[in-house]
Amino acid sequence: MSSHQEGTVAHVHRDDVGAKMGMWLFLFTEVLLFGGMFLVYAFYRFQHQDQFRIAAMELNTGIGTLNTVILLTSSLTVALAIAAIQKGNRFLSVLMLNITLVFAVMFMVNKYFEWSAKISHGLFPGSKEMLDLPNGQILFYGLYYVMTGLHALHVIIGVLVLSFMLIQLMKKKITQDNHVKLENAGLYWHLVDLIWIFLFPLFYLIQ
Amino acid sequence: MANGNTVAENFYHQSTNKHKGILSWLLTVDHKRIGLMYLVSVLTFFLVGVIIGILMRLELIAPGKQLMEAQTYNSLFTLHGVIMIFLFIIPGLPAVFGNFFLPIQLGARDVAFPRLNLLSWYVYVVGAILALVSLFLPGGPIDTGWTFYVPYSVRSTTNVSLAIFAAFILGFSSILTGINFVTTVHRLRAPGMSFFKMPLFVWATYATAWIQIIATPVVGITILLVMIERAFGVGIFDPALGGDPILFQHLFWIYSHPAVYIMILPAMGVVSEIIPTFSRRTIFGYRAIAMSSLAIAFVGYLVWAHHMFTSGMSDTARWIFSLLTFIVALPSGVKVFNWVATMYKGSIDPKPQFLWVMKFIFLFSIGGLTGLVLGSLATDIHVHDTYFVVAHFHYVMFGGTGTIFFAALHYWFPKMFGKMYNDRLARIAVALYFIGFNMLYFPKFILGYMGMPRRYYDYLPQFEPLQRISTVGSWILAGTIFFIIGYLIHALVKGKKATSNPWGGVTLEWHIPSPPPLENFKEIPTVTHEPYDFSQLKEMKNE
Repeated sequence: MSSHQEGTVAHVHRDDVGAKMGMWLFLFTEVLLFGGMFLVYAFYRFQHQDQFRIAAMELNTGIGTLNTVILLTSSLTVALAIAAIQKGNRFLSVLMLNITLVFAVMFMVNKYFEWSAKISHGLFPGSKEMLDLPNGQILFYGLYYVMTGLHALHVIIGVLVLSFMLIQLMKKKITQDNHVKLENAGLYWHLVDLIWIFLFPLFYLIQ
Repeated sequence: MANGNTVAENFYHQSTNKHKGILSWLLTVDHKRIGLMYLVSVLTFFLVGVIIGILMRLELIAPGKQLMEAQTYNSLFTLHGVIMIFLFIIPGLPAVFGNFFLPIQLGARDVAFPRLNLLSWYVYVVGAILALVSLFLPGGPIDTGWTFYVPYSVRSTTNVSLAIFAAFILGFSSILTGINFVTTVHRLRAPGMSFFKMPLFVWATYATAWIQIIATPVVGITILLVMIERAFGVGIFDPALGGDPILFQHLFWIYSHPAVYIMILPAMGVVSEIIPTFSRRTIFGYRAIAMSSLAIAFVGYLVWAHHMFTSGMSDTARWIFSLLTFIVALPSGVKVFNWVATMYKGSIDPKPQFLWVMKFIFLFSIGGLTGLVLGSLATDIHVHDTYFVVAHFHYVMFGGTGTIFFAALHYWFPKMFGKMYNDRLARIAVALYFIGFNMLYFPKFILGYMGMPRRYYDYLPQFEPLQRISTVGSWILAGTIFFIIGYLIHALVKGKKATSNPWGGVTLEWHIPSPPPLENFKEIPTVTHEPYDFSQLKEMKNE
C-alpha cells in the first residue's frame, strides 16, 4: 500500500464493503433488541389470548394503516435518494431525502394524535382506568406503549441521521463514488420500516 | 522488518492527530493507544472491586456486625459484582489485549472502524461514571445483587434505575467493540492470512465478538424494560399487574450465560498463544481449538436456564438444560487436552508467563469440575445459592480469566511498553497469588457444602474458622495484586529496554519493534507460515 510517513497524518483507509458489513452487524443487534420484546409479546399473548383480543379492538386501525403506508413509501423514497446519487443526480437525491424526512415527521404527528387520544381516555400505564382492567389488557397496553414507543424513538434517531446525511449531501461530502454513508443510513431506515411491518399486524390487525 | 527502529519511531511518540500531551491520547484513533486507555480504566475499576471485596471479607471475619450495617453490605456485594463483571472482566481481555493485538496479529494497520473504537471507549467511561454517580445520589447505592432480579429490583428504593442504565450503556460499548472486531477479522487480514492461519487469540476474540453482538442486545432490552417498569409501572415483570418475574430471569440469563463465555473465551485464546511460545512447539490440534471456540460460543446459548433450576420450571426443561450444560464440558475439554498435548515433548521454558498459564489450567479445572456438580440437578438443588456457587464462579472467572489477564499482561508487557520487568519478582507473584487465591476461595466450597448461603451478612458460629481463613487469603491475594502492579510500574520507569522478541514468539506482533510503531507495519506483511511454525525463529533473527 502507500509508504509510511513520519508525522501526524494517519494512513487513509477506505473500505465500503467493510463499512456496510459493520452496518449489517449493527442492524442485526437491533433486530435482536426488538426480538427480546417480540418474545415477551408472544409469551403474554399466549397467556392472555382473549384479553389481548379485546384490548386490540381499542386501537385505531385507520391511523395504523395510514402510518404503515407512510413508512413504506418513505422506504421507497430513501432508496430512490441512494439510486439518484449513484447516477450522479444530486438534486433528485436531495429532493427524495427531503420527502423521506417529511414522511417521517408525518408518521410522528399521527403517532402523537394516536397516543394523546389514548391518554385522554385514561389508557396509559399507571392510570386509574388502566388499573381497573384485567391483567391481560394492562400487559397489552404496556407492551403497546413500550414497543411502539421504542420504535418511535428509532424513527426520531432516523430523522436525525437522515438530516445529517442531507447536510453532507448538500456539502458534497457524499458523492457519486463515495456514498456508503447514505447507503448505511438508508439501511437503518429500512430497518425502522421493517420493525413497523411486524408491529402493525401484531397490535392493530390481529383482533 | 524489525530493522530501522529509531528511538522516536513508536506509537508513543507518533500521534494520529495534531494534539500533544493528554489530548493526543483522548482524541486518538490508534488501536494501541485505545487499548492502553482501556487497560488503565479497566485496572482502576478492578482495584475498586478488589477493595470492595476486601471490605466484605473483613465484615465476615467474625459473626455479627464488624464494620458496616447490613444494608451497606447488600450494596457492597452488588457493587462488587457489577464492577467486576461489567467494568473489569467483560471488557478486560477483548478491549485491552484484543484492541492492542488483534490488528497486529492479523497484519493490519488498525481495526476496521478506528473512530468507532474510540467511541466505544468513551461509552465505556460514561457507563462507568453513571455507575459511580449512582452510589452517591440520594436513595443510596443499588442493593439488588448484580443480577437485578425482579420484583425486588422494581420495588427497591435505591438507585436501581441509574445503575442498570449504566449496565445498558456498558453493553452498548461491548456491542460496538464486537462489531468492530468481526469486521476487522473479515476485512483486514494481511495477504496470505487465511482464516486457518490466524493465531488462536484472534480466533477466540472473533468468537467472543460474535457473542457480544448476539447476546448483549437481549440483556440491553431486558434491563431497559426494568427501567421502564420502575418509571411507569407498565407491568411487564410485576406480578401484581400480571407480569411474570421468571420471564425476566430467562431473558436475563439468555444474555448473561453467554456473557460467561465472553469472559472466558479470550482467556483461552491467550493460553493458546503462551503455551506454544514457551514449549517451542506448534500448537497441537490447531483446528480443533479454533473450532471449539466457536462450539463454546454456540452451545453457550443453549444452557442459560441452568441458573434457574430452583426457580420453578418443568422437570423436562430442567433435565434438558442439565444435559446441554454437560455438553459445554466437551469443547472445553478439547482445549485443555490440546494444550497439554502441545507441551508433550516440547522444549518447555518455565518462565513466569508460562507458570501463570499452568496455574490457570489448575484453577480453571477445579472451577470447571465443580461446574459439573452445579450442572447436575440433584446436587444443584442442595448447593444452589450457597457459597459453593460463589467459589465455583470465582475459580472460573477469577482463577480463569483474572489469572489470564495477568498472564497476558506479563506476556505482552515488553511488547506494549518496550520494557522488561524483574523475572524473579514475577515468579514470587505467581506463587503468592496461587496461595492467596486458594486460601480465599477453597474454603467457600466447604462452607457452601455445609450450607452457608451466599450474600448473607451474618453466619452461624460453626462457620467462623473457614470464614477466617478465607479473609486472611483475601489479604494475601490483594497484597499480591498490588505487588504485581507495583513491580510493573517500576519496570515502566526503570526497566531494561525490551528487544522486539524477548520470548521467542512467532506470531506477527513479535516481528515488529517493541513498542510497535504507529500503524504497526511499514509494509503490510505477506503471511506464508502457519501461525505457530517455530522454524521461522531463525529467519526472524536474521532480519
